[in-house]
Amino acid sequence: MTLTSAPRTPVGFSPNELGDIRLDFPILGSEVNGHPLVYLDSGATSQKPRMVIDTERDYYEHENSAVHRGAHTLAALATERFEDARATVARFVGAKDDEIVWTSNATEAINLVAYAIGNATAGRGGDASKRFRLAVGDEILVTEMEHHANLLPWQELAARTGATLRYIPIADDGTLRMEDAARLVNARTRVVAFTHVSNVLGVVNPVDELVRLAREVGALVVLDACQSAPHLALDVAELDVDFAAFSGHKMLGPTGVGVLYGKSELLNALPPFLTGGSMITTVTMESAEYLPAPHRFEAGTQRVSQAIALGAAVDYLQGIGIERIAHHEAQLGQLLVSGLEVIPGVTVLGPRAGEPRVGLASFDVRGVHSHDVGQFLDDRGIAVRVGHHCAQPLHRRLGVTSSTRASAYLYTTAEEVAEFLDGVAAAVAFFGAGA
Amino acid sequence: MSSAMESLYQEVILDLSRRPHGRGLEGNADGESHQVNPTCGDEVTLEVHLEPATGLIRSVRWDGHGCAISQASASLFSDLAPGLTPAELGVRIDAFRTAMRSRGTIEPDEDLLGDAVALGGVSRYVARVKCAMLAWVAGEEAIARAIA
Repeated sequence: MTLTSAPRTPVGFSPNELGDIRLDFPILGSEVNGHPLVYLDSGATSQKPRMVIDTERDYYEHENSAVHRGAHTLAALATERFEDARATVARFVGAKDDEIVWTSNATEAINLVAYAIGNATAGRGGDASKRFRLAVGDEILVTEMEHHANLLPWQELAARTGATLRYIPIADDGTLRMEDAARLVNARTRVVAFTHVSNVLGVVNPVDELVRLAREVGALVVLDACQSAPHLALDVAELDVDFAAFSGHKMLGPTGVGVLYGKSELLNALPPFLTGGSMITTVTMESAEYLPAPHRFEAGTQRVSQAIALGAAVDYLQGIGIERIAHHEAQLGQLLVSGLEVIPGVTVLGPRAGEPRVGLASFDVRGVHSHDVGQFLDDRGIAVRVGHHCAQPLHRRLGVTSSTRASAYLYTTAEEVAEFLDGVAAAVAFFGAGA
Repeated sequence: MSSAMESLYQEVILDLSRRPHGRGLEGNADGESHQVNPTCGDEVTLEVHLEPATGLIRSVRWDGHGCAISQASASLFSDLAPGLTPAELGVRIDAFRTAMRSRGTIEPDEDLLGDAVALGGVSRYVARVKCAMLAWVAGEEAIARAIA
């Protein structure tokens, strides 16, 4: 008999806890334009706790060496740290160690899958990879809310293979039109690629339902987890997705490292994407045999210090507790939306207040461009994202060319959200909108 | 608000962003250009119309969407150009570009640029220089096409 503890309701942070968390992030003590920094651009990139910065520096000061080659002590130590970080990240997302591939960023992780499928289609990878081959008439299905990183690799793959790219449209409230999804997934569908959490709308997509639809027709499921892995409890095995991609720098880690999760059996059947050093067993002048996953996808010198520092970031997140982080951010998301909705001239993109969303909100100010809103807020030390957030088709669908986005993280306070809302109201008054 | 912000968003800029000059395309232009700022998706289409007899610039018309800076900048460009030769306007575009790229070290020359000196504050905001330049880059290309 197994004992399972009753699910605990997560609780947010007390002011003292939040104060302690903020002290771990050196940059949060900065002043910008004469004001204390209010950092509301974590959806673009998160800030880093001191222990992550220290881990990367310590590695260079004490352990720096080439991994997976060399017989000397430092090489062995560096390799151990590098592989330990992989195991840490694997446990964090419910994967096995050999199902985690290091990439440069999430964009490269998605491209890896798309290019490997393209290589399989070109006949590479032998019998094992036949299952991935695409043909004219096959379909790749994405959604209308995708970041360009989970759209363009599939556009390109479709163009190279003759497959057709289709998309699940969104409803006016920013949710996926699941009745359309049920119609769009059909016997020709080979890949279903979608984001877990929209970087613009803040909605959490119904992964279970989409996976079920894909399973019915034998399609591969590729999950863009960039906005979920840093913020929500993510279990790729439980979700039963085939591949998932996320980036290190959005989850307290350094830039230059991303993660591809793939089911072991699938990764080992895919031909490689990048080829070269470190990913082979035997090479002749004519051909090569490749290592099993994950190393067959890690050609050339690896991002060692970044992977190790990302492992430290995951340790930090686990020390705080990802459920508590998610709870804290959901509260901030509601504060953002309910505050924005009552400012005249402001329209929030995506779900209304009270509907589920993560800790971010994008909005349009009638008659005022997002760059002007962002500039006005920056003058008060408030950092937000402006523009199309790498989601031009989504903005076009919503009838705007750009928007302003405020995105929170574990270190964001309700007071910062209040300052941001004051700033938006002042920007609306200054630029004369809302009348 | 900081003084840098006040100099960025001068009253003339805010007024022009609400009530633009030269907006609306005529068609049959002597030269036309379409420019996009990929970081924000802002775009402008700009027409240059010449006087057939003299070769002087008769009018500049434009259409597009973007931030207050880019919209005001297109208006100011369309106010500046009429009556100039293409070469004279080219000199002014160069002077404007030099001032914009100066990171606040070069004040734009009012004798050359007229009311467009109101955009001088933009040069302190490196991320916004492209917004101010959008219509002027379009103008440069449209003129080159008009006299080609």
